[in-house]
Amino acid sequence: MPGPMNRGMRGGATVKHGRKTFLRLFREVFRGNGLKLAVVVMCIIISSMVTVFVSNMIETLIDQYITPLLTGQMMDFSALAMAMVRWAVVMLLGVVSVYVYARIMVTIAQDALMRIRNSMFEKLEHLPISYYDQTQHGATMSLFTNDADTLQQMISQSLVGVLSSLLTVVMVFVAMLRNSWKLTIVVVLATAVMFYITGVVAKKSGRNFVAQQTNLARVNGFIEEMINGSKVVKVFCHEDESEKDFDAINEDLCTTMTKAGGYSNVMGPITMNIGNLQYVVLVFVGSAICLLGGGFAAGYTVGMLAAFLQLSRSFANPISQISQQANFVLMALAGAERIFEFLDRENEVDNGYVTLVNCTTAEDGTVTESEKRTGEWAWRHPHTDGSPVTYTPVRGDIEMHEVDFGYVQDKIVLHDITLYAKPGQKIAFVGSTGAGKTTITNLLNRFYDIQDGKIRFDGININKIRKSDLRRSLGMILQDTHLFSGTIMENIRFGKLDATDEEVIAAAKLANAHDFIMMMPDGYDTMIENDGEGLSQGQRQLLSIARAAVCDPPVLVMDEATSSIDTHTEALVQSGMDRLMEGRTVFVIAHRLSTVRNSNCIMVLDHGRIIERGTHDELLAHKGTYYKLYTGAFELE
Amino acid sequence: MIRQIAKSIREYRRPAILTPFLMVGEVAMEVLIPMLMALIIDEGVYKGDMDYIVKMSILIVLSAFLSLMFGVLGAFTAARASSGFAKNLRHDIFYHLQDFSFRNIDSFSTSSLITRMTTDVQNVQMAFQMMTRICFRAPVMFVFAIVMVANTGGSLVAIFAVAIPVIGVLVYMLMRRVHPIFNRVFHNYDNLNKVVEENLTGIRTVKAYVREDHQIAKFDEASGSIRNDFVKAQRLMALMNPMVQSVAYACMLAICWFGAHLVMGGEMGTGQLMSTFTYTMQILSSLIMVAMIITMMSISRASAERISEVLSTKADMELDGPGLREVPDGAIEFDHVDFSYGGKGQTLCLKDIDLKIEAGQMIGILGTTGSGKSSLVSLIARLYDVTEGSVKVGGHDVREYNLRALRNRVAVVLQKNTLFSGTVRSNLKWGDKDATDEEMIRALKIANADFIYNSPDGLDRVVEQGGNNFSGGQKQRLCIARALLKDPKVIIFDDSTSAVDTATDSQIRQALRNDVKGATKIIISQRVNSVIDADRIIIMANGSVQDIGTHEELLGRNEVYQSLVRVQLGGGSDARSDE
Repeated sequence: MPGPMNRGMRGGATVKHGRKTFLRLFREVFRGNGLKLAVVVMCIIISSMVTVFVSNMIETLIDQYITPLLTGQMMDFSALAMAMVRWAVVMLLGVVSVYVYARIMVTIAQDALMRIRNSMFEKLEHLPISYYDQTQHGATMSLFTNDADTLQQMISQSLVGVLSSLLTVVMVFVAMLRNSWKLTIVVVLATAVMFYITGVVAKKSGRNFVAQQTNLARVNGFIEEMINGSKVVKVFCHEDESEKDFDAINEDLCTTMTKAGGYSNVMGPITMNIGNLQYVVLVFVGSAICLLGGGFAAGYTVGMLAAFLQLSRSFANPISQISQQANFVLMALAGAERIFEFLDRENEVDNGYVTLVNCTTAEDGTVTESEKRTGEWAWRHPHTDGSPVTYTPVRGDIEMHEVDFGYVQDKIVLHDITLYAKPGQKIAFVGSTGAGKTTITNLLNRFYDIQDGKIRFDGININKIRKSDLRRSLGMILQDTHLFSGTIMENIRFGKLDATDEEVIAAAKLANAHDFIMMMPDGYDTMIENDGEGLSQGQRQLLSIARAAVCDPPVLVMDEATSSIDTHTEALVQSGMDRLMEGRTVFVIAHRLSTVRNSNCIMVLDHGRIIERGTHDELLAHKGTYYKLYTGAFELE
Repeated sequence: MIRQIAKSIREYRRPAILTPFLMVGEVAMEVLIPMLMALIIDEGVYKGDMDYIVKMSILIVLSAFLSLMFGVLGAFTAARASSGFAKNLRHDIFYHLQDFSFRNIDSFSTSSLITRMTTDVQNVQMAFQMMTRICFRAPVMFVFAIVMVANTGGSLVAIFAVAIPVIGVLVYMLMRRVHPIFNRVFHNYDNLNKVVEENLTGIRTVKAYVREDHQIAKFDEASGSIRNDFVKAQRLMALMNPMVQSVAYACMLAICWFGAHLVMGGEMGTGQLMSTFTYTMQILSSLIMVAMIITMMSISRASAERISEVLSTKADMELDGPGLREVPDGAIEFDHVDFSYGGKGQTLCLKDIDLKIEAGQMIGILGTTGSGKSSLVSLIARLYDVTEGSVKVGGHDVREYNLRALRNRVAVVLQKNTLFSGTVRSNLKWGDKDATDEEMIRALKIANADFIYNSPDGLDRVVEQGGNNFSGGQKQRLCIARALLKDPKVIIFDDSTSAVDTATDSQIRQALRNDVKGATKIIISQRVNSVIDADRIIIMANGSVQDIGTHEELLGRNEVYQSLVRVQLGGGSDARSDE
């Protein structure tokens, strides 16, 4: 069956908690499907029984019809005809049950896979930012592609295959026992030998599979890196070196792939021929029993032997199938284990209970919560001590008090940051790369939690505010603009999902983005692909500003893009930003000093500390670091 | 297409050809063994001839060993052939890509090149292995089995004359309906992965706007449509087994019925009847295999086409051609140059450029996005060929040089610059593989990358993929150092200090001026500050040189320059006058 198996095979085949993972996967797949599972098992049992019946058919045919006919005990074929009708009914039953369980399994498997996929993505969206910092995107991506693919393969094929193989094995075994326990012993011995040998081969193959996956990941990583940097390779004439490096790892991959593939290919011939040898032994033992007859072997007919031989083949087939699947199942389990590990990660913690609500303000200043969208917002603050819920209007008053922060517990990168921003003020952060400018804004929206100190929003400690509401009240224009596949309209609407087309266009006009959007082939309906491929840096920033504008938040945080844009576009960006800033509390992280001059307060950061603060004029008069930075280019000459 | 890809088999031709033969051997044994088994029962067991049983048993054991031998050998030759083929294919694509010019690279998207070298190669490899192992096996098995049935079962073979077309038609009808659904599923998979990828890179935007639920809904929709398509396709596929089984069972019943008559008529033994049963199953399963192969092939066909598209793209510049090996000096001359990325007849992005730059000068280039700055400098290192006119470096047309020699002397720090995983040292060695630590530190000093030699790991500091563990400004400075190590005659900075703060930027230029005296330095920038002290400043607009001059000259006469200075340095000039 064609499936997306061809994309994957990357995850290593090491399973630490095989049984636990398998049980969890099993539960995951059949959760809430108890009845369906029962039907599936019933159908598999029926179809296995029919399979056994069919293998027995020849015995019945020879013993009960052909022999009597030959010996003249039976005169015509009418009895056989009747029997064949019966057989046909049984076979039909078998065929129908195969279809029924296959069909049910399709839904069970696909629903389970969808559930797993969806919960993986949900987890992805709710992980703390630190996860993204610490984990390579490729690793997370491969959970969604390689690991999910192998899992898909296993659930929709191997699971049923192994299950029905197992049931068939059990049933054939019972039938063999009924036929002749002596011959069954021979089969059991042969099977033990088969398991032993396949075990040895599987071990070898498994080891090589692990090596193959590692090498494959290495080769793919190298390819990715070199193709992404291919222009740099050319500019440095580095072609020969990268070819040499590539050949080395490519050769390694080929070696392990040959071994891994060879050992797993070999499994089939081995199990099959052990089955053949077993057949010979059975013929010997069986004919011995038949020929010698009498005594303990009395009544064992040639027909019975023929049937047993047929059964022994029916027994060997599923066993060899199981052993051939083993490798693949292991690989899928390794992937499942990684997926479960991912699903078990801690979500971003949010203990906030202060929420953002729409409100109306009466003339006497009392604030009442409103169901409708009023354009006015308030913090709804329930109190733990039982006093009535209070409402604080959202104004955009921000206060940081003696804040310390480090990404790692004992490595503080921000020291003792204290600052106030009154509603409508513009605060700018200036400083060299790594001084901690961006970090401060990451604390405001609680991408990270501070180690010490307090941050208050309208007088409320932000730890008490529900994260989603806190972020909703902060408009962020990040350093790198990320756009999502979809139309330009949809990308701007990202800021406020229920914005009308008119609102979106108004926001784009405010941000100075309208003109260039109208120049695009399909205007607002132009599709954006690959994170805005084809748009210039400046245009992306304009879209990012429009996105924030449609969101209309009381507080705005702007991390200026470092990449340079031409002066014309920059002027557009600047005036768009200025318009957006009106009437809002704004934090600006400046990379160009020209943008900070009209700030109410400029904070100069160095190594995580505020070393100077004041207005542009004050700081110039102070003749400190800011002065040096500002005049730097001229001074240094 | 197939022929082109098949070229990559090369030294693995032997295992590739051997495998099908071994497979035929294995199949022959597989078919022979049931026949012997039947003979044992008919001639041995029923007649009580122990000698015959022994003789036949030995024969079976021998055949089993032969079969095992063929099987095991075939297993390894197949693995060897397919892994080797994949290796060569990757090798060929990779080497071919190395020969690509910038223009060639532009014609493919990087992500598509990556999938072609990874997923597509894996698809083709799988199909190849299948071809060598099963493609011959299934038909051969089929033919053998049919012959055997004809031999042992005599006229029973007629049953298959009915059964085979029936199965064929059923499978074909099924596949025709399933195939388009699977194609759609693959497409939807790409969509799903795109959503994941976008959320990985844009997670901060998502979280900042509290759009988790919105994205989850988007994902769930994509995920749901995959589920629905898969359910549709697999429900159809679920028909396959029962269908084939029905036909198989019908065949068996028919064999029972007619077989019984034949046995009664004395034309057939019971043992023969049994082996006819076995062959029946073999015939049917080989038919299913053939159906599977056809589907797999059609999936990998798309991959093969994509690979062959890359391989058949002709590289349009030769890296190690004949030509001058030495670049005498860093003088540059543009002689009536027209240039278009699309080639002749396309919109020109450079028009009639006429320009002379003396060796050792520092030149600044300013201009708006799309004015042709980057295009202009890319012609100097012959990253692209001119459409009309000529570009001379050191007095010779760039096309007269051996490309490697030219690029080794003309260093370019690209706008989109990349570091490669390894260490700082391994990255710097790109510039000069024999560079000593002292030389590296000197280059780092010029590039103002003191954060390297001041850090405890120094030159051995690890660089992650894409240099992600360095900030934008740090990356740029490392890239500058890397370019300096080439000891270039011409060094071009294509907006390569944009993420560096003004003071550092100015220190770097200072160091360039003092320590890299001989080389011609060309600086593209958006900042007037970065070019203000250049010997000459070129103002580009709409693909032409609008003006050339020193800061003072341009300030006096060029409106564009005046307005740039006003906008960007307005505050600075004030500050200067404050003193």
